[in-house]
Amino acid sequence: MLKYIDEFRNPQLIRSIVDKIHQECPDRTIKLMEVCGGHTNTIFKYGIQKLIPDNIKLISGPGCPVCVTDNSFIDKAVKIAHLDDVIITTFGDMIRVPGSTTSLQKEKGKGIDVRICYSPMDAIQIAKDNPENEVVFLGIGFETTAPAVAAAIQYSSNNRITNFSVLSAHKTMPYAMKGLLDSGEIDLHGFICPGHVSSITGIHIYDFIAEDYGISCVVSGFEPLDMLESILMLIRLINRQESRVENQYTRSVKENGNPNAMQLMMNVFDESDTNWRGIGVISKSGLKIKKKYQDFDANLKFDVVVEPSKEYPGCICGDIMRGVKVPTDCKLFKKICTPENPKGSCMVSDEGTCATYFKYFPH
Amino acid sequence: MCLAIPMKVIEIKDNEAVAEVGGARYRANLTLLPDIKIGEYIIVHAGFAIEKLDEEAALETLQIWQDIAEFTEKRQNRKR
Ligand code: SF4
Repeated sequence: MLKYIDEFRNPQLIRSIVDKIHQECPDRTIKLMEVCGGHTNTIFKYGIQKLIPDNIKLISGPGCPVCVTDNSFIDKAVKIAHLDDVIITTFGDMIRVPGSTTSLQKEKGKGIDVRICYSPMDAIQIAKDNPENEVVFLGIGFETTAPAVAAAIQYSSNNRITNFSVLSAHKTMPYAMKGLLDSGEIDLHGFICPGHVSSITGIHIYDFIAEDYGISCVVSGFEPLDMLESILMLIRLINRQESRVENQYTRSVKENGNPNAMQLMMNVFDESDTNWRGIGVISKSGLKIKKKYQDFDANLKFDVVVEPSKEYPGCICGDIMRGVKVPTDCKLFKKICTPENPKGSCMVSDEGTCATYFKYFPH
Repeated sequence: MCLAIPMKVIEIKDNEAVAEVGGARYRANLTLLPDIKIGEYIIVHAGFAIEKLDEEAALETLQIWQDIAEFTEKRQNRKR
């Protein structure tokens, strides 16, 4: 038995939450968006949509860090990888993501040095072991990952590791949610908010969504009991016509998050406008390395020119991440585009919506 | 990238912990969570411990639903 995991998968407890959801659900359509790819995974793995009334629609949003990384970022990483004496270091999923014409994995066959890291600290170790090389870490991910990368940058600065740098495409969650709402494309009744982003940031980053947009937010854990309880909490708020931010995931998310990690992130990064794959530029939703740490900014260190980026014709990843389409709407889904041979970013990572559909969709 | 499960800290050396779940062991850098102790549970992301699991809060969440489940069962038994 896995402590603090299996208990949250207990069928008897899940049954009682499901019963409550059925009792309390209003009979109109309720649209809830889960922004985190981890949540999308739980929903499919445990068939959550089938347990709840049909009129509650769960919509997947832009919460897979690999998926939202802009094409031009990969194009740039490929260019840098081809420079002399460069070692590219990255989280595993990233190497398979197709850019405009190629991926890091395909280029690997052509002699570039790309290494997969479990942690940004592994990239620093590679830099220490290879003083003749430039080691570039691909910094992707939301508020969950950005503090770890900030810690790595600060460590390199303190220990004068001059051959290490980060190509940052870090993004922040609340502005992405704002971007979706401002587009007016989807009408939502509630957000299931990402648990581990909130472990870092605390729950108040969503306040403006409840206050300005009148949409409730519940911060949720990742086990089936968590997701169902979050859905119930949202339904109760909707029934009471209240818009608030609530925390279901109290065991991992403190009201004010992890101030130590926030501080470190703020020390190293500034807010910046950034491009989201398939969504476009969302103001203030990115993190760029502060001037103080510019020696560790691969964007400044390497002067490479990338051509305007291209998407694979027919790929609708952008529409999927904005919650307006689902993978089965894509003509390429399962026919041309598969996890072994992905055409768009959503098919690569385990957290990607297309990859999740591929794994769990019965037809 | 995200190991969204709590793991038990079994060893701490300098700024790094070893955490275990279901027999698998992972390294976790403690820069973001310096005050962690052996025996506590942590969430690890990208090789860093990002939050400590609040065991009391975990049990509380479970207790609420255990009570409801038991209550419902009792009521059903009575109806039979
Ligand atoms: S199935 Fe493939 S091509 Fe279609 S939207 Fe998803 S990633 Fe893009």
